[in-house]
Amino acid sequence: MERNIAAAAYARRTLLGRAACGLLLLPAWAAWADAAPAEVEIHDFAFHPAVLRVMLGTTVTWVNRDDSPHSIVLQALGLRSPPLDTGARFSRAFDQAGSFEYRCGLHPQMRGNLVVQ
Amino acid sequence: MNEASSDRRGFLKCMTWAGTAVVWTVAGGVPRSRLIDSANAAPAEAFSFVQISDSHLGFDKPVNQDPAATLQEALGQVHAMPQAPAFMIHTGDITHLSKPGAFDTAQQLMRQTGLTVHTVPGEHDILEENGKSYLNRFGQGTRGDGWYSFDAGGVHFIGLVNVVDVQGNGLGALGNEQLEWLEKDVAGRSASTPIVVFAHVPLWLVYPQWGWGTADGARAVSYLRKFGSVTVLNGHIHQVMQKVEGHVAFHTARSTAFPQPAPGAAKSPGPMSVPPGALRSYLGVARVSLVSRSAPLAIVDKPLAG
Repeated sequence: MERNIAAAAYARRTLLGRAACGLLLLPAWAAWADAAPAEVEIHDFAFHPAVLRVMLGTTVTWVNRDDSPHSIVLQALGLRSPPLDTGARFSRAFDQAGSFEYRCGLHPQMRGNLVVQ
Repeated sequence: MNEASSDRRGFLKCMTWAGTAVVWTVAGGVPRSRLIDSANAAPAEAFSFVQISDSHLGFDKPVNQDPAATLQEALGQVHAMPQAPAFMIHTGDITHLSKPGAFDTAQQLMRQTGLTVHTVPGEHDILEENGKSYLNRFGQGTRGDGWYSFDAGGVHFIGLVNVVDVQGNGLGALGNEQLEWLEKDVAGRSASTPIVVFAHVPLWLVYPQWGWGTADGARAVSYLRKFGSVTVLNGHIHQVMQKVEGHVAFHTARSTAFPQPAPGAAKSPGPMSVPPGALRSYLGVARVSLVSRSAPLAIVDKPLAG
């Protein structure tokens, strides 16, 4: 039993260690908080990354890579982009901290999250 | 309007879908060319109309950089029909991005056929000014977001709008106000009146994962159950699909602009690339005929080529 606990603790430590190393690689799957401009790509009827963490004041740009138009509707902040055709971009600086869910106005099943810290 | 004759009842009973397409064949698998011939050979007095859909004027992606040209081809086919149809129905997504120029082109092209066009909006037609650019052009005599009904050829036609209040799960919706109107609109009518309902998004749940269906479509259909013949015509999914449920037959039309994948056949919906030269076999028009008992209701989906 004790050995098991020790093993579990070791596994946790190892995982934590790996996770810490992984931070360097993190932007590959989830953009980390950063004041530098951040981008969300829209393709295959989904937002990539689905969760974007940014620092207060960051300008976020959405770019549509689909052949169908999409739009950004972030209700909590009263934000509504025009329809974005292929290649079109929409940018907005975020000056309010919080976790915001947003959707595509044409296809509301497409959802993303923006975390402003 | 009194259509309660036993003859009509008889023919309504045996109304079936004779329409077919490249991908979807009706039970019995009658070849498409024969169907077109048999529809063309329908009695001269047969009442028919044409459905076109999803012309997406303003779309400019590689699969079809000139949807105005393919719309024109589709309309050319309509014009060349041996018996002129009574009118055309356009089941929405007339334009791709609701741009005034695209609406203007569509209107000009459709006018050249000399046929009246009855439209309902698709979600691509209401992207600007809360749908005003659509309603200013096509909304005369309609209610709410553009729904209406009219009678022609002994048939009661109902145009519904299910693209304004798209649900969180992506499904279209009609909403309470429109549903209450629909219930009243059909309340006093004889059960033998053939009903044709047309709307952009399929009224039944074709593929909810892609938002291909109408959340409250079943409630609309429930108001129509008493009728002996109900035909539901939709667009949105750019391919032919059919379903019969009791006296209610559902049908979706091809696009005149570009095809979309079969449900679940791709990561997401959207324009589907096709082999060079094959585009026109994926596009087309649907002709709907109300004909005699021996050759009942025929919907013929005709591709632009192939």
